[in-house]
Amino acid sequence: MIQAFFFYLFAAVTVASAFGVISARNPVHSVLFLILAFFNAAGLFVLMGAEFLAMLLVVVYVGAVAVLFLFVVMMLDVDFTELRSGLLEYMPIGSVIGLILLAELLMVVGGWAIEPGMIGHGATPITAATTNVAAIGAVLYTKYIFFFQVAGLVLLVAMIGAIVLTLRHKAFVKRQNIEEQVARGPATAIEIVSVESGKGL
Amino acid sequence: MSAFWADYLWPLIIIVAESLVLLVVLLIGVAYVIYADRKIWAAVQMRRGPNVVGPWGLLQSFADMLKFVFKEPTIPSGANKGIFIFAPFFATMVALAAWAVIPVADGWVISDINVGILYVLAISSLGVYGTIMGGWASNSKYPFLSALRSAAQMVSYEVSIGFVIITVLLCVGSLNLSDVVRAQSHGLASALGVPWLSFLNWYWLPLLPMMVIFFISALAETNRPPFDLAEAESELVAGFMVEYGSSLYMLFMLAEYVAIVLQCAMLSILFMGGWASPIDLPPFNWIPGVIWFVLKILFWFFMFAMVKAFVPRYRYDQLMRLGWKVFLPLSLAMVVIVAGVLQVTGWAP
Repeated sequence: MIQAFFFYLFAAVTVASAFGVISARNPVHSVLFLILAFFNAAGLFVLMGAEFLAMLLVVVYVGAVAVLFLFVVMMLDVDFTELRSGLLEYMPIGSVIGLILLAELLMVVGGWAIEPGMIGHGATPITAATTNVAAIGAVLYTKYIFFFQVAGLVLLVAMIGAIVLTLRHKAFVKRQNIEEQVARGPATAIEIVSVESGKGL
Repeated sequence: MSAFWADYLWPLIIIVAESLVLLVVLLIGVAYVIYADRKIWAAVQMRRGPNVVGPWGLLQSFADMLKFVFKEPTIPSGANKGIFIFAPFFATMVALAAWAVIPVADGWVISDINVGILYVLAISSLGVYGTIMGGWASNSKYPFLSALRSAAQMVSYEVSIGFVIITVLLCVGSLNLSDVVRAQSHGLASALGVPWLSFLNWYWLPLLPMMVIFFISALAETNRPPFDLAEAESELVAGFMVEYGSSLYMLFMLAEYVAIVLQCAMLSILFMGGWASPIDLPPFNWIPGVIWFVLKILFWFFMFAMVKAFVPRYRYDQLMRLGWKVFLPLSLAMVVIVAGVLQVTGWAP
């Protein structure tokens, strides 16, 4: 009973905040609604017994990805009246695209058939003794190690691409070289001269 | 009805009662931690510190609290009102929520969940939203700059904190915080044949570099000096708190100190054996675990306070360099080394 109560609570808030994401006038409010949706999705994961996925959802999406979203969106200089002005103009084409997508989704889901022999084999529940983390680790690093490594490689390539696109070394910009500063000592930095009085250097 | 009472209502009452006890103890503790912070800082600078309210100034924090509560809250006309008020409440709520999984003594934990350590990491990573929302909703330049700074800073240092936690987890073999403490009951001292020297069993010795990285990252994560760039008073007046006053400001301060004490508790649990006694002989092991735990938290808080008193503030690019170019490769290398050593020697749990 209490699970059902929390399921409906999390599900209702998730759907409501997802609606808030697309209906909020202020983009920052949209991102905050998105965070609320992530958070409640994590709650739904906990109810399913997938507490590891729930925590990862919060750490990765809420703790890192959404922060960067917010970071970018906060710096946008948006004129809200201008944003709203083209609504009627774009309404027809938007609704046509929406209808096409909806029809496609209905066709795909409606035509979905599950192989009769596979029913009940889609998911194998873990035993009560093993924890989430152990169960995921046991398959992720053995059976799915290739996919895991390939996913890591794809992310690495994307990261290198982003760095290559943005890294600029300008000749006139002074840069700090910490190693050089640390290695600097009296021998390289100063010269001791004993000056006779009245003579100068 | 009796099943309903036994299954739902009674556990609910227990949880609420436990939470209230923890909350009251924690908040009173934080009041004295703030007092200790000011006293230590004053002692380093050869001042007296708070010494007027109550004997030795012991009631100073409560006087400050009353002052904040009775002040008139001002909300700037250009501010985004809802988020402006929500931000400090969110910051405080998140800082307090992480305490639900902290084991203060053997079995003394509100929620003994399997992924306790990830929960703490997840909840403490939410702390940044209080700062960002407060800074943005103020609709003012300095708070906004501070929000941007803290967003980048806290995300950067979470990465190295995550890697440090992974090395500890490799040694423990569990994400449960109570298991982390229990795993530290055997180690070097039992291998040497002197099991009563139980402080040698703790992870501070084998994982010393990781403890240092975690400590410095915890300073950055909680916006403590020398990494308090989010509220650097010489550049940003008071950062994201410029427009805040009265109770809302107090909630931000409370959230900050609760988060600091939480990081001290995490340092004690991960590296200093949590509630365990440092010497497993009478009279030391007669002392209840909770007292040892509090003493360890106080030790780490003393370190936090001393760093605040000693170290000048970092420049922002130096902060980023330290996080991404020093700590990230170092902690990543340590994950590989620790995993390799555990695998080769067969110590892995």
